[in-house]
Amino acid sequence: MMNKKNKAFISCDEANHSCDKSQYNEADFWEKLKLNIHLLYCRVCRKYSINNSKLSKIINDSDVVCLDLKDKQEMKDCFEKELKKRQQQP
Amino acid sequence: MPNHQIDPNKWIDLYSDYLFNYTITRVRDRDTAQDLVQDTFFAGLKSMKNFKGKASERTWLISILKRKIVDYYRKINSKKGKAEIRINYKSDSEDEGNWLEEHVADPFDKTAEDNLENTELGLAIHNCIGKLPEKQAQVFKMKTILDYETEAVCNELDITASNLWVIIHRARTTIAACLEKNWF
Repeated sequence: MMNKKNKAFISCDEANHSCDKSQYNEADFWEKLKLNIHLLYCRVCRKYSINNSKLSKIINDSDVVCLDLKDKQEMKDCFEKELKKRQQQP
Repeated sequence: MPNHQIDPNKWIDLYSDYLFNYTITRVRDRDTAQDLVQDTFFAGLKSMKNFKGKASERTWLISILKRKIVDYYRKINSKKGKAEIRINYKSDSEDEGNWLEEHVADPFDKTAEDNLENTELGLAIHNCIGKLPEKQAQVFKMKTILDYETEAVCNELDITASNLWVIIHRARTTIAACLEKNWF
C-alpha cells in the first residue's frame, strides 16, 4: 500500500522534472499522469508549470533562431585564424 | 560613463547568435545572414582601434552589421538595376479621385506589426540567454531552439541525461524570470 502511494504521489522535484520533459514532448504517459495528480494539490508546482508552458509557447511563437553548431564552429575557426594573424603583427 | 572593454576572443560565443537573429529577420536567408555576420566580425576586428568604449561591444558590432546589411541590399539592387523605387499614386485618367490614402496598407491588418514584435521577441530571448552561464546557454539553445534530441546533446557535450535536465531546469527558470521582467 505504502509502495503504491509513493508511486502515485511524487515529490516537487520529480514533478518539475516531468514538467520540463513534457515541454519537449519527452514525458511518457505515466509521468504526465503523475505530474497532473501532483498539480492538483501543489500550488507552487502549478505556478511553475504554467510559467514553463508559457515560455515554451513564447519560444515557439517567436522567430528565434540559432546558428547551427557546425556553422558556428566553422565561423569560429575562420575567425580565430584571422585573429592569430593580426596578433602576430605588431 | 562606463568604459567598455573590447575582447574579440569571445565574440563568436557571446554575440554570433544574437547578430544572426538580427540579420535573418532582415535578409530572410540563412546563408546570406551567416556571411553577413562573419563579415561583421572581420570588419570589427579590422577597426578595433576605433572602438571607444562608449557603447557595449554588442551595440558596436550591431552598428557595423547594420551597414553590412545596407551594403548587401545596395549590391543586389544595383545588380538587378532596381535601385530606384517608383510609386505610382498619381496614375491614369480612369483612376481619377484616387487618394494616396487608399494605397496605404490597411491599418487593421496587424501582420506587419506582429512580425516586428516577433523579431524583437527573438532578440529579447537571446538577451536573456546571454545572461545564463555559458554551459546552460549552450544546452538550452541546442535543446530548445535547434531541437536536438536529448541523446544527441548528451553525446555532443559529454554529459548525462539527468545532468542535462538539471541544466535545462535552471536555464528555463532564469529565462522565464528574465522575460517576465523585460518583455511582459
